Parts: sequence; structure tokens; C-alpha cells
Amino acid sequence: MATVRLKKGFDIHLLGAITDNAIVDAAKPNTVAVIPDDFHGVIPRMEKKEGEHVAAGEPLYHDKNYEAIKVVSPVSGTVKEVRRGERRHIDAIVIAPDGGSETVTHNIMGDAEQVLLLSGLWVMMRQRPYDVVPVPGVKPRDVFVTAFDSAPLAPDLDVVLGAKRQFIGKGIEVLNSLTDGKVYIGVREGQSIEAPSAEVTTFVGPHPAGNAGVQAANTVPVNKGDTVWTMDIITLARIGELFTTGKVNHETVTAITGEMVQQPHYIKTVMGADLESTLKGELTDVDGSRIICGNVLTGEKTESNQWLRAPYRHITVIPENNKPDEFMGWASLCPSRFSIYRTFTSWLRGLGKPVSMDSRIKGGERAIVRTGEYDAMLPMDIYGEFLIKAIISGDIDKMEQLGIYEIAPEDFALAEFADTSKLELQRIVREGLDRLRAEMS
Amino acid sequence: MKALRKFMDKIQPSFRPGGKLAKLESVYDGMETFLFTPNATSRSGAHIHDGNDLKRTMITVVVALIPALLFGMYNIGYQHYLAIGQPDAGWFTMFLFGLLALLPVIVVSYAVGLGIEFIGAQIHHKEIQEGFLVTGILIPLIVPINTPLWMTAIATAFAVIFAKEVFGGTGMNIFNVALITRAFLFFAYPSRMSGDEAFVKVDSAFGMGDGSMIDTFTGATPLGQIATNVGDSLQMTNILGEPISCLDAFIGLIPGSPGETSMIAILLGAALLLITGIASWRIMCSVFVGGLAMSALVHVLPSATYPASMLDPWTQLCLGGFAFGAVFMATDPVTGARTNVGQYIYGFLIGVFAILIRVYNSGYPEGMMLAILLMNAFAPLIDHCVVSSNIKRRARRAATKE
Repeated sequence: MATVRLKKGFDIHLLGAITDNAIVDAAKPNTVAVIPDDFHGVIPRMEKKEGEHVAAGEPLYHDKNYEAIKVVSPVSGTVKEVRRGERRHIDAIVIAPDGGSETVTHNIMGDAEQVLLLSGLWVMMRQRPYDVVPVPGVKPRDVFVTAFDSAPLAPDLDVVLGAKRQFIGKGIEVLNSLTDGKVYIGVREGQSIEAPSAEVTTFVGPHPAGNAGVQAANTVPVNKGDTVWTMDIITLARIGELFTTGKVNHETVTAITGEMVQQPHYIKTVMGADLESTLKGELTDVDGSRIICGNVLTGEKTESNQWLRAPYRHITVIPENNKPDEFMGWASLCPSRFSIYRTFTSWLRGLGKPVSMDSRIKGGERAIVRTGEYDAMLPMDIYGEFLIKAIISGDIDKMEQLGIYEIAPEDFALAEFADTSKLELQRIVREGLDRLRAEMS
Repeated sequence: MKALRKFMDKIQPSFRPGGKLAKLESVYDGMETFLFTPNATSRSGAHIHDGNDLKRTMITVVVALIPALLFGMYNIGYQHYLAIGQPDAGWFTMFLFGLLALLPVIVVSYAVGLGIEFIGAQIHHKEIQEGFLVTGILIPLIVPINTPLWMTAIATAFAVIFAKEVFGGTGMNIFNVALITRAFLFFAYPSRMSGDEAFVKVDSAFGMGDGSMIDTFTGATPLGQIATNVGDSLQMTNILGEPISCLDAFIGLIPGSPGETSMIAILLGAALLLITGIASWRIMCSVFVGGLAMSALVHVLPSATYPASMLDPWTQLCLGGFAFGAVFMATDPVTGARTNVGQYIYGFLIGVFAILIRVYNSGYPEGMMLAILLMNAFAPLIDHCVVSSNIKRRARRAATKE
């Protein structure tokens, strides 16, 4: 088993970490929703209308370009609402569960790709380049599976996995049949995994060591023309379960973490559950909170009347603004004003202690001035700053040359946190990838 | 603070479009973000952000310049009272004189520079950026003290407009703005920038320190003296004609630009910049290494034709603006090399060129300014080469796979 040591990156320790690994059953959701934006690259074409009945695992919509890509309902019930936003963009497909357990059963003896596409698990995977849902019919060079989440307050994927780890072997078998290359699994130090037919690599180092893309870049980097798939171990186990039982399990274990949560813990709920019932009685203060589906770096800001978003395993609740009108914050000598740089005094009290952080940007957007900030947060052989500049200026050749095919927005999330110039790096990378994808097709 | 917040909220409407003072909107926004950390929370991407911003970064550099600034004030007074024959005027009198002499330069530099920035920000409806905070304090420290204020004003205006604003403002300039100010002065008014009376304040400051020059007065800087040295022996002297040593130059009680004379004060600032991680230690160290290497090389072949080659390497680094340039100018991240490997090359070449110009160009006794400006021009090329190697590596990786 190979070991890769990553020096770059940083572990942010926030208040509100989970101390107890017990999993509590959450209240049954009032509504469940599928958010098309969670599956970037899939342009929805509805298959079900409002008022129609769906079984769990039955397709709600398919992709405009590849009809085989289906996105399914996680529960059995009726389509309550197809919520549309600007230019008829579908914001959410809301389903009222009927409490039944009617679930679609798949013929798992068929073509594995077809089964995956129809099951709705296909859209849980991502491909590089472009960090989108994989294009059907393209055989990936390799598959990279991350078995741990290194983001701030992230759930322990071994806990989330629980008894489902029995399906890992089957999942690897399925993926091996879909690629000519190998299935790589990245684990953290001390984590053990039963995966004889996969290439297991241990990653030692701070966040973003748990990003599948970072792991890929440090084992077998993605070159121009390559396609690789990335996913987490939970998705892998779901695939294994599908090919064992014939059914997709839409239950999910979700970590509720963050400073504004009364008692951070794990819950068991269903994908896309509404937050109102999920978070009932969990928060200390709803109005002053920011609910994030996912972690503080890459998650989505979600209102309390919305739904759990993919990848359905993490909710973080932080204060929206815990120091309004902070007087001359730039002059602060207070060690509680957190900065990874020594311009502030927080390094004197130790950066490893949990801190409170709100969602303020704490500065205006500027041109890139300080050097090396992005590179220090990006453990890849990439000149992050030059790549970002190439994206901003729309220089497609430069983007390719500097390695845009290897990255996803999440890889720049930590750099975005650390950026003195406060640029929206993830948005910039996303737009660059989308632009390149449009250009190449 | 509440009262101040209320006041700012009350006057806010008149600065918005349609208000009486709408033309000063950028100024208001600048004031507001100066007083209060913006309440804006993140809308896309990461939900938490580091506490550091450009304001803090720039202010830290200004703090790092304070030792050099204070010592510079004292030294202005010290040199002046030496020149008028009152060497026992007391340190406070000397400091106060220096303060009064330097303050107008600081005011002019900030007034002109910030004024142009404010106007620029208002024209483009952008936030006022912090770039000039540092430039504004660098200019008084590197411009000879006897420079007339109007010259400083013109040079500052020229530098801010043509070296910065035309390139897009803070973070976009190719050349160091403070050095462009000094370069403009040196090439536009060469007679006022060298010789006996450039670096020592000869007249009084706001009526203070009146007196006539002593007869034996020579205010030339050590480097100026070296440039005009004749013969095989080299002896630098102070205003009174007494010899000065490497130690004098290290402490800084010698004629020179206000901020540049004292190695001790500069090293204090360097320590702060390195501890806070704002300045690149790669650049700073490699400038000194490059300077030492080149001075050692020229010292191997001392020649009376090039008197500066007779200086030993340590003295070479202590004199003139070498240390100040290495610590505060070469490390400017905007105009310097941005890749780690590039920073070593960039810094080293600055050191080499500074000494090369100083020694072998007798018409121009100080080489640091030109060396940094030259390497500013080459920094993008250095980075291009470094990044190209990454690009080539990636291309090779893709090719071997097939």
C-alpha cells in the first residue's frame, strides 16, 4: 500500500465538531426534494408532471443530451411541485412522500452502465475533466474513490458507511468492469479498508487531502484527453448495494455540525429531506444562522425551508455575522480574529484550537497581490495563481497548458478561504470549466 | 462606536447617486470600510474567509517601515545640526527638526497620491484600494530631503498616474511606484539629486534649526564620495570631514535618503515582514546573496578606475539604498517574480545588478533603484520561464502516456 505525504493545505478547526458517533433516526420528512443544480452537467427534461405518483428510484427527469442519464426520486410519493426560477430554470422538484416503501427493482444482470444510469446513482459520480456528471459511453481511464473527508467538521465516512461497508467489494467489482484502468481508493492514515481488487493509497496531510481530485493528482494525474471518474466511498458502497440487492438505498447518514448546533451528531434520514423537519430543535438560533448543506468551504447555502443537498452527508450551521459593524477590524490585535497568516495574532494562541467563524468576507475584493497563497493551499503540481489568471482572461490554450483538466472548484475552496484578495475562486474555476466544456463540444 | 456608526449611516444618503456629495461616493466607502469591517457575507463559494485582507497586509508593511522612518527623522536632524556646527543640540531637538523637515514631504506624498487614487476610484466607480498606503510612506523615505516639495508632488503624480493607474491600479502595475517617483526625480532634475546639498537638510524647517553651514561642510553621501574618489586609497568622511566606518553605516548616522541609512532600523522592519510572512524571504535573502557575491567578485580585482570596487563586500551592502531596497522594494509582490523559483532568480539578479551598476557605472553612484526597476521589467519573463517548465512537464506526461 503506497503512502503519499502532502504538505500543502490547512486543517481549519471550527467549533461544533461531533464528539459522539451514535446515529439517531431523524423525524420522517414532510417533503423531499431533488435539486437539479446538485448534478452539474445534467440539463433536466422532466419525465414526471406535478401530481403524478413516483416510486422510490423511479426517474423524475433525464438529461437533455443523454436521455439515458436519469435522476430518480428518493422516496415513493407524489410530485408536489416543480419549482421554477428565472428563465424556467428548475430549482427543485418537491415530492410529498406517501410513506409507502414502493421501490424500483433493477435487473442487475444487465449491462452495468445501463443499470447505473437508470438507477440514478450515475449522477452521484463526477468525471474529470470539467467536474461534471460522467458522459455515458466514455470509458474512464481510472476511477478515484476517496474514503475520507478532510474538510472542516466533516463526517467520519467510516461512521457514515456503517454496515454498508460490506458492499464495497461488490462496488469495486462493478467499477472495475467499467474501466480499463484501476480503481484507486484513497484512505487516511490508520484507516483500514477491505479492497483487494482496488489500489489503496494512504494520504497523510491536511485538507484538501480528502478530495478525490487531489488524490488523483498525486497518484496518476489527469492528462489532456483523459477521463477519470471521482466519487466518495459512500457512493461506491451504494453501487455495491445496488448490484447486490437490485435496489438503490436512498437512506443517508448525515452529520449535523457547527457552532450553532445544540448538540452536533449524526442522523439517519433520506436523501433530499426537508430541513425544517430534519433540523427541528437542533439549532440554538435560527435567525442568526447560516445553514450550509455540505462543509463550510464547498457547501451550498440553504434556507431552513429548503432541502438537504447532495452529497447528503453533511450539514454545517455557522453564525451569519457574529460581529456586526466590527470597528476597524483590520487593526485588530485580538487573537480570536482568526487568520492563518501571522499578520494577525491568532497564531500565538495556536491555530489548532477550534475557533468560531462567521460567514463575513472580512475585506473587499482586490487584484491578486500576495504571492504563493493559492499554491500553499493546493497540493497539486499546478501554478494555481497563473491558472486562475488564465481563466479570468479566458485564455483557453493557457488553461489547458496549466492543467485545468485536473481540477475541480472544490480543489480551490481552501485557497478561496485563505485568499487575501477575496476572489471568488470556486466560481471562477466553475465558469472556466463550463466555458472550456462548451468550447470543446 | 455606536455613535460613529449612526453618524456614518446618517450621512450615507448624501453620498449615494443623486445625493449632494455623490461625487465623493468612493471616499465615503473608503472611510466606511476603514472604520468598520464590511458586513458583507459570502454569497458564492467558501462560506468562511480568513481574517486577513489587503488593508491589514499594507498596514503591516507601513508598521515595518516605522523604525526606518523614526530613525530617518533623527538622522535628518543629526546631520543638519552637524552641518551648522551645533553637534550637541540634543537628540530631541534633532528628532523634532527631522520630524518638521520630513512631515511636509509625507503630507505632500499622501495628498497627491491618495488624491489621484480617490479620483481614479470615483471615475471607475470602484472601491478605493490600499496600494498607496505603503507607496506614500516609501516616497518620503527614498527621496533626498532637500528636494523641493513641488518636485516631489510632480514626481508622485507622474508615478501614480503613469506607473499605476494606467495599468489598472493596485496590483496591476509593472514597476514599483515609489521607485518610479525617485527615478523620475533623478532623471528630470539630476542637479538637485546629487552633490553636496541633496541629502542633508541645509535650511531651517519651520524656523527651527537656523544657522549657517560650517566652512568645511561636505554633504556628499559615502557612495557619492566614492564615485568621485581619485587614487588608490579610499576614505569616506562625514560632514565634518571625519572618517566613517562600516559600523557608522550600519547604525546609520551618515548622509543619505531619510529611510535608507540605518541598517539596524531596516533589519527591524525586515524581521517584522519575515515573521508576518508578508515579504518573500526568498527574494530578500537572494538579493543579499546576489549583492554579496557580486561585491566579493568586484573586490577581487580592485581598481582605481572603479573606486567602489575597493570597498569590502559588507560595507558595500551597508551603504546607500541597498538594504532598504532589498527589504522593502524588491519584495513588492506585485512587481516582483511570483513563482518560488522565479523569486530566487529575481532577487539574486537584483543584488548582482545593483553592485554592478554601482561599481562600473561611475556616472551613477547608486545602483539599487535601477537594478530593481530593471528586474521589475524582467520578472514576468522569469515567471514565464518557470511556468513554462511546468507546462512542458505536463505536456511530456501526456505524451508518454500514449
